[in-house]
Amino acid sequence: MVHDLSQTAAPAAATWHPATTESRGSRYVLIGITLVFLGLFLVLPLVSVFVEAFRKGPAEYFTALIEPDAQAAIRLTLLVAAIAVPLNLVFGVVAAWTIAKFEFKGKAFLTTLIDLPFSVSPVISGLVYVLLFSSHSLLGPWFKSHGIEILFAVPGIVLATVFVTFPFVARELIPLMQHQGTTDEEAALSLGANGWQTFWHVTLPNIKWGLLYGVLLCNARAMGEFGAVSVVSGHIRGLTNTMPLHVEILYNEYNFVAAFAVASLLALLALVTLILKSLLEMRYGAELRAAGGH
Amino acid sequence: MDVRVSGVRKEFDRFPALHDVSLEIKSGELIALLGPSGSGKTTLLRLIAGLESPTEGKVFFGDEDASLKSVQERNVGFVFQHYALFRHMTVIDNVGFGLKVRPSNTRPAKDEIRRRSSELLDFVQLSGLEKRYPAQLSGGQRQRVALARAMAIEPRVLLLDEPFGALDAKVRKELRRWLREIHDKTKHTTVFVTHDQDEALELADRVVVMSQGSIEQVGTPDEVYDKPNSPFVYGFIGESSRLPVRIENGTVWIGEKSLGLKADRPDGDGMLYFRPHDVELVDGSNGCIAGTVVASRRVGATRRVELMVAGAEERIEIGIDADHPATELSGIAFRPRHFRVFARD
Repeated sequence: MVHDLSQTAAPAAATWHPATTESRGSRYVLIGITLVFLGLFLVLPLVSVFVEAFRKGPAEYFTALIEPDAQAAIRLTLLVAAIAVPLNLVFGVVAAWTIAKFEFKGKAFLTTLIDLPFSVSPVISGLVYVLLFSSHSLLGPWFKSHGIEILFAVPGIVLATVFVTFPFVARELIPLMQHQGTTDEEAALSLGANGWQTFWHVTLPNIKWGLLYGVLLCNARAMGEFGAVSVVSGHIRGLTNTMPLHVEILYNEYNFVAAFAVASLLALLALVTLILKSLLEMRYGAELRAAGGH
Repeated sequence: MDVRVSGVRKEFDRFPALHDVSLEIKSGELIALLGPSGSGKTTLLRLIAGLESPTEGKVFFGDEDASLKSVQERNVGFVFQHYALFRHMTVIDNVGFGLKVRPSNTRPAKDEIRRRSSELLDFVQLSGLEKRYPAQLSGGQRQRVALARAMAIEPRVLLLDEPFGALDAKVRKELRRWLREIHDKTKHTTVFVTHDQDEALELADRVVVMSQGSIEQVGTPDEVYDKPNSPFVYGFIGESSRLPVRIENGTVWIGEKSLGLKADRPDGDGMLYFRPHDVELVDGSNGCIAGTVVASRRVGATRRVELMVAGAEERIEIGIDADHPATELSGIAFRPRHFRVFARD
């Protein structure tokens, strides 16, 4: 009996592999396809951005970056992000708190509404603001009579950016907060803490890594947004051009080195975001996975 | 602190969780709310704490109506089933949290908070673990921290929601005894929720048996075990056997045979309840319940036999001595020592 077993076991062991693993050949083919695809569609374009940017040497590259219009575009992009990201941070936390910790009618509708900017084309998002604030609209003339320019000015760009980026923080926090439930908060309240103390000492520390992750993604999108901003900006050089818009203008003027130089900054932003994102995932993976991640 | 729950009803989205519950808890008592899941025991505990508000009715702490007070104002120590420790705080910061968040005019100084927290950790036998984080503790240790944290605010009432529910059997037993000791030392009025009858009977001064949002019986462990007042309590606490019977002139009958038992009920159909181990075997076939053994198994120190009762065509279980010679198909006659007859449902 024992002898029989060992005889049948030996050949079985040679061909045995875990149930979820493919054979060696198909593994290589699948990995190969993935690598070629990634190389063609991700790595190659990224590398070409830097190659084009440095085509005429580093001097030209840096000249393109310190040129006044480029400087203005960088400043504007930073300003827009500096307004939009904190706004969405506050909004995201409030929305997630509301949805995760309370029961109320219309909750499912609110959750869907938060996703709206993800499902609407950014160009439409921009057009909505044009319709709202143009001189023929309801709100436009009122603001104009009070000396406030919304459209084709910084406020319009900020509004469009806020709209496009507002799901990021909320989307990250809602599942995380739902997963964590309300017992920690109840414990804090039963120990005498007021609402603010509970939020500050208990809720916020529980969600901080998810929050940071959401802010990171929100920031990347806020700085990189093109469509919505393009519609409301008016493309006034040195005034209402953000970096992505500036890249487009330079490109259309066949000023490739300058266009790719500015684009390289955006590419760097993407790379830094990616690295920070990976670091966060490595360190706080379990916590972020609970949130569903991206 | 006396706690009085008066005519409390609670609905969640029109789904009733508690119907007209009233309960008086004396100062210093250790009370168990015992019931199956969905019986409303946790809801009742959370209502006392102020974590839920009653749809109707009132909760009194002493003579003071606490119904409209928030959970913060009620000053209760609440211990959660899954501990709900603050994971980013050390053990000692967890214990001191309730003191730290007090308004500045009643907040003790930092050193004082630290001193009192250490004392409490000492009291729950966790000194030396001050700097640990909750994730570095075992389940039993976490529950002790949770209890120390709840006691730190000098609560008027201690409320524990399935405090041992998430622990393994051995730790559970240890903590049970330990909680009893703590209670005897501190004399906190304590209410705990459990679905484990052993826990309730062993630990509590009085047991509140709940079912489907109502209180079935309140009494000492002896009372609820020996004198269950409803079929539910008979079935839920300890083991019980039941047999459909008929009452005639105050005596219990099965078919054409009197069982020689007196019942204080009007004539008609009824259901006889008794404890399977609380029976005496008798000879003969009059004035007793007679049946044929259809199955027999060994349970601990005794033997459980399943009888087909003559005249009733019902199977019931009784406990007999392990060395009793009865085997399958032999006849056995017995009489329950204690029993009750309830209406047939």
